[in-house]
Amino acid sequence: MLCWSRNLYSFAHMEQKLKAILDTYLRSKGTLITLLQQTEAAFGYVPEEAVTWLSKMLDIPESRFFGIATFYSQFHLTPTGKNTITICCGAACHIKGGDKILEETKSALALNKDEETTKDLSFTVQSATCIGACSIAPVVILNDQVYGNMDPAGVVKLVKGYEKEGEYTGFEYD
Amino acid sequence: MNTTEQRGVTIKVCMGTSGKASGGEDVLSIFKKLIQLNGIEAQIDRRCGYKKVGCRGFCSKDVLVDVVIDNHKVTYQSIRPVMVERIVKEHILQGTPVSEWLTQDDYESYHSKQCKIVLGPCGEIDPESIEDYISIQGYRAAKRAVTQMNRDEIIKRVIESGLRGRGGSGFFTGRKWEICKARPEDTKYIICNVGEVNRPLAEGNPHAIIEGLLIGGYAINAAKGYIYIRERYHLSVERLRNAINQARAKGFIGPNIFGADFCFDIDFSFGTEAFICGEETALMESIEGKRAMPRVRPPFPVQRGLWGMPTVINNAETFSNIPLIIGKGAKWFSSIGTQESKGTKVFTLSGKVRNVGLVEIPMGMSFRDIVYGIGGGMEGDKALKAVQVGGPSGGLIPASMIDMGLDYENLFKIGSIVGSGGMVVFNEDDCIVSVTKFFTEFLQRESCGKCPPCRIGTKRMLELLTKMTEGKAEYGDLATLERLTGLMKTSSLCGLGRSAPNPFITGLNYFRDEYLSHIKEKKCPAGVCTALISFSITEDICKGCTLCKKVCPAGAISGDVKKPHKIDADICIKCGACYKACKFKAIRIK
Repeated sequence: MLCWSRNLYSFAHMEQKLKAILDTYLRSKGTLITLLQQTEAAFGYVPEEAVTWLSKMLDIPESRFFGIATFYSQFHLTPTGKNTITICCGAACHIKGGDKILEETKSALALNKDEETTKDLSFTVQSATCIGACSIAPVVILNDQVYGNMDPAGVVKLVKGYEKEGEYTGFEYD
Repeated sequence: MNTTEQRGVTIKVCMGTSGKASGGEDVLSIFKKLIQLNGIEAQIDRRCGYKKVGCRGFCSKDVLVDVVIDNHKVTYQSIRPVMVERIVKEHILQGTPVSEWLTQDDYESYHSKQCKIVLGPCGEIDPESIEDYISIQGYRAAKRAVTQMNRDEIIKRVIESGLRGRGGSGFFTGRKWEICKARPEDTKYIICNVGEVNRPLAEGNPHAIIEGLLIGGYAINAAKGYIYIRERYHLSVERLRNAINQARAKGFIGPNIFGADFCFDIDFSFGTEAFICGEETALMESIEGKRAMPRVRPPFPVQRGLWGMPTVINNAETFSNIPLIIGKGAKWFSSIGTQESKGTKVFTLSGKVRNVGLVEIPMGMSFRDIVYGIGGGMEGDKALKAVQVGGPSGGLIPASMIDMGLDYENLFKIGSIVGSGGMVVFNEDDCIVSVTKFFTEFLQRESCGKCPPCRIGTKRMLELLTKMTEGKAEYGDLATLERLTGLMKTSSLCGLGRSAPNPFITGLNYFRDEYLSHIKEKKCPAGVCTALISFSITEDICKGCTLCKKVCPAGAISGDVKKPHKIDADICIKCGACYKACKFKAIRIK
């Protein structure tokens, strides 16, 4: 599982985790993408130190890693929040007000337009292109749970519910 | 159907993405709890079973629940966890279905117009059970193919069926396989791309995809198959992984399949969020762990593909058709559809229609039948404006062409593509220019940047379209756009750049007036582009209820109780809150 007290990571701790990742990579004949995916999963983002370390161990230039990490939107180069809220902005969600939901979510978490993660690292807000659940548009995903037929008020309720409880307990269907 | 279904009680709860999102998991667990609590097991001889089933399409009325008692099935719609208790008490214990929660006529008409050959088992069988799949003749086609047919026979049958790729350009699947099989290389690969629209298939009937991939692998003599899927589609990944493990345990994949001299294994390749990965060569770059930038063709993937070896790529829907073609024959398959486009196509019908959800239609069905038959008509009886088919790079089909049949030829003719299966319905309140700008914004962001026509073209397109929506466009801009999109169509490296102008070109063809009023009159007829509209209150209609004044976030509305209100255009931020709040339709958008 993800460890959220990343700021407390010592380099030794990070190295230990990276060794395990490198080991799986070498055994399963992975690619740089899978390597970065595992790094992202272990730390919640791709730390620069991790890339430096991996680059040295594998003798692959750092630029190759960053080239991939900046190409795909799934990779983050700065720490992400404990909870991830994804707003679908595909066509079907768009015409049903997906962009309004994105706006509302950001303002509920006091984020400005270009910010993704709250200062206390509790939330990361991101938009997705299409998640294939067009029939229940507009769609919001909180961590792994999909919520359909959302509206701005609903998403605020969702976010506030989390803020209050710390750990989420459920959502009322009405 | 197996024996447990013929006797006793079976409860089937929809557990597709939509079903789960509407609380399917909770509904199922409450059913389980209440049934145990009520000791129904004892009363009905331990004959009560539960099934999680995949998506059955009618997502707008989720959670859908089937209750089958002694082979008599009824379906409930829009079930919430709190409603379960009454169903258990009145229906399962006392035998009287709760009539007001049953599905209505629209459920019947939604399904009766469709032709569910690929989606048929979704929503009926348990997607996590290989036994369920085998009970509907599953893996029988694969066994026949591997043990009784030679490779050319299989390919010939697929060619005869007329099956075309369900992903992008609609190339004939059998031809693709034929070219790949004829290559001299020893190592070949076969890849199944699971896109967003294929998710319900992967979640509802994953074994059909595995079986199709296995048959394809045998036909081209590949030893290795890949399933390319985005990591974030958790449920699809989980169900496919489970299906692969079950098939491996049964010996359907692995060494010496069905006792024949054929070894085949399937691996996952986890893709990431990138629209460009729908392009075959970009997808292969991504599997190889590089930036997903398309390669120059030729050589085509069937000649030099993954790791430089001949590779076949088809999408999950194409593969799901394969067991049916091998099992039921090419003639049966080609009897469905039109002269050139055979079989069916799965779409996610969405937008401003009454019944949204997953639909499977025979090729050639008219848009009228789709929107007004299956879709149950327009939401709120508004006027249909256009239907967008094929995702962001598909074309807009205007309401005037609603009687056109949906197949590859017709869509190519008007400058659209079948694409992977998105279908969005727009009504009179949607602005074509704004919608086109939205699609272009997306494509500009997703352009990989390798070739200038697409990288610079999409950027310039977006700038010009933005000017139009902001009322800053000049006459020449339309001509510039036309010339630019023509260049992009002919000179881009891959399909993304070549099809990016589709929404604009089709939009301009059929909605030129709307473009002109944005440019010439600086007006947005649909009332969407905020820079071009103004809000005002019709004094005769306004009752002075003060509701608009209360909801206005900018404080732009003034007026006394029971007297007509006024909007100060200088303060108004054009958010539309008053328009939505007004119960008397007194707010006008111009």
